[in-house]
Amino acid sequence: MTDEKVITAKALTKKFADFIAVNAISFEVSKGEIFGFLGANGAGKTTAMRMLCGLSLPTSGEATVAGFDVYKESEKIKKNIGYMSQKFSLYEDLTVKENMRFYGGIYGLTEKRIKEKSQQVLADLHMEAEQNKLVKSLPLGWKQKLAFSVAIFHEPAIVFLDEPTGGVDPVTRREFWEMIYQAAQNGTTVFVTTHYMDEAEYCNRVSIMVDGRIEALDTPTNLKKQFNTASMDEVFLQLARKAVRQAD
Amino acid sequence: MKQFFIFVKKEFFHIWRDRRTLLILFGMPIMQVMIFGFALTNEVKNSKIGILDLSKDEATAKLSERISASQYFDLVENLKSSSDIDASFRKGDTKMVIIFPEHFRESLLHSNSVQVQLIADASDPNTATTLINYASAIINDYQDELMGETKLPYTITTQTRMLYNPQQKGAYNFVPGVMAMILMLVCTMMTSIAIVKEKETGTMEVLLVSPLKPIMVILAKAVPYLLLSIVNIISILLLSVYVLDVPIAGSLALLMFTSILFIITSLSLGLLISSFTASQQTAMLISLMGLFMPTLLFSGFMFPIENMPIPMQVISNLVPAKWYYYIVKSVMIKGLGIEAIWREVLILTGMTVFLLTVSIKKYNVRLA
Repeated sequence: MTDEKVITAKALTKKFADFIAVNAISFEVSKGEIFGFLGANGAGKTTAMRMLCGLSLPTSGEATVAGFDVYKESEKIKKNIGYMSQKFSLYEDLTVKENMRFYGGIYGLTEKRIKEKSQQVLADLHMEAEQNKLVKSLPLGWKQKLAFSVAIFHEPAIVFLDEPTGGVDPVTRREFWEMIYQAAQNGTTVFVTTHYMDEAEYCNRVSIMVDGRIEALDTPTNLKKQFNTASMDEVFLQLARKAVRQAD
Repeated sequence: MKQFFIFVKKEFFHIWRDRRTLLILFGMPIMQVMIFGFALTNEVKNSKIGILDLSKDEATAKLSERISASQYFDLVENLKSSSDIDASFRKGDTKMVIIFPEHFRESLLHSNSVQVQLIADASDPNTATTLINYASAIINDYQDELMGETKLPYTITTQTRMLYNPQQKGAYNFVPGVMAMILMLVCTMMTSIAIVKEKETGTMEVLLVSPLKPIMVILAKAVPYLLLSIVNIISILLLSVYVLDVPIAGSLALLMFTSILFIITSLSLGLLISSFTASQQTAMLISLMGLFMPTLLFSGFMFPIENMPIPMQVISNLVPAKWYYYIVKSVMIKGLGIEAIWREVLILTGMTVFLLTVSIKKYNVRLA
């Protein structure tokens, strides 16, 4: 982790009519950091993430991602980020190899690069034997790990993970987080939303959103100290109970 | 551009791997043409007819002989009086009765003009018209021969009556209808489903986060169906020309051009549907109930639009297939050129531009 900031947000706000989905949030994320983005359903996490990914324009405030402005340079941002959604984001009716070719292709990687990188990913995941199998025939845990590898296939500066481990068994989750650590060590910044508090403990820093605002932002250790509890679970519950807004 | 081709290739993988859909895509046009085609041709061949000859002279004998010799007609009854006609139809087998008036030959030779009456069972309007047309053609041939011999202007006019369905405007030509239906189904339903599928599985989000422009995503989704539809048109045309003997009377180039225009209209409609639906089922239901049924009902393919109440006629103008059906009928069956259909082509173009603009706007709104 260095001091180079890859995501900065200053008073970032998004309003839908008179509903303030995201209310003036400010934070910075350093290069190579694993940044946990927590909040109950409806707290505004997804909206905030969509703004950072260039899918949605902020109403006011400032933000840069990978050094590019979210208002004017969303195309450049898109080239420099990876994204994995909570829904499984590979094509079930394509083979493992075809999925990698496709995603590598739309990010403009050369044929040669796609080939090299595919071999490397298959070797890392020990999936050489499965490369020509349709993705739908793979077990969920493998699919999830493959989806993550595909999200960082083009070696983005930042990868956004939206509840990446939903429905996955604890062993696979563990392996998944090892992959995240590996990616962070290679200099990729990881921006992750999750509902699992044990996963929050794995993050370098955690922010907790309540009703569109960031109510707490620190390392898991400091947060536990600040709220005087033993677990992140308690921290989250203390904050989330303050919420007025209903989950959608 | 390279990204675009990679995307199109991926779409073909999707289509190729889904064998059931593939079967529908290519099997349906062939099946429909066959069903419609043979239902039509079988009935018209060897149709049972009756002749009421009140004159019984040389000319009527010759005409009767020619008519019964034709492959289309099977003379089963020589009627004795006009009271037999009704009974003959009621038995159900007789499709048409030809009536030669008294003094047929004399009238023809002396006043140069005579009338033949053709009465057809128009409960099946399609067959009725076809029979009338065939019989008239045989009579016209005979008349031309007589004129050729004598240089006198003999005219045998045919007076036709359609029993059971006097307006008899539903004489449809099924090939244009099938073309409109298939294109509508393949382009609109399949594209909307293909796009909504990406939304449903969550891959659309990933695509939107990628550097691919949304418009590229949408175009790449539509291109395979454009190509498949062109293949379908060609196979329908080949079948109709070589198997069903329905020739293409007009310009093939014009026919292809207008068909591609209609394909693009249907694709835009599919895009529009996909922009406001979130599940494949909804997209399919909307395509089927909201488009397929109106196409069937309001294109003039099954039911004559002229017979509908005015509000329905107004609604029918909104159905793109109506205009395409008219164009194909004019170009393919009647052999007319662009001067006869430019208005319809303009209307279709207008619809396409409108649909495309709205759906692209809707996609951009999603991103704002």
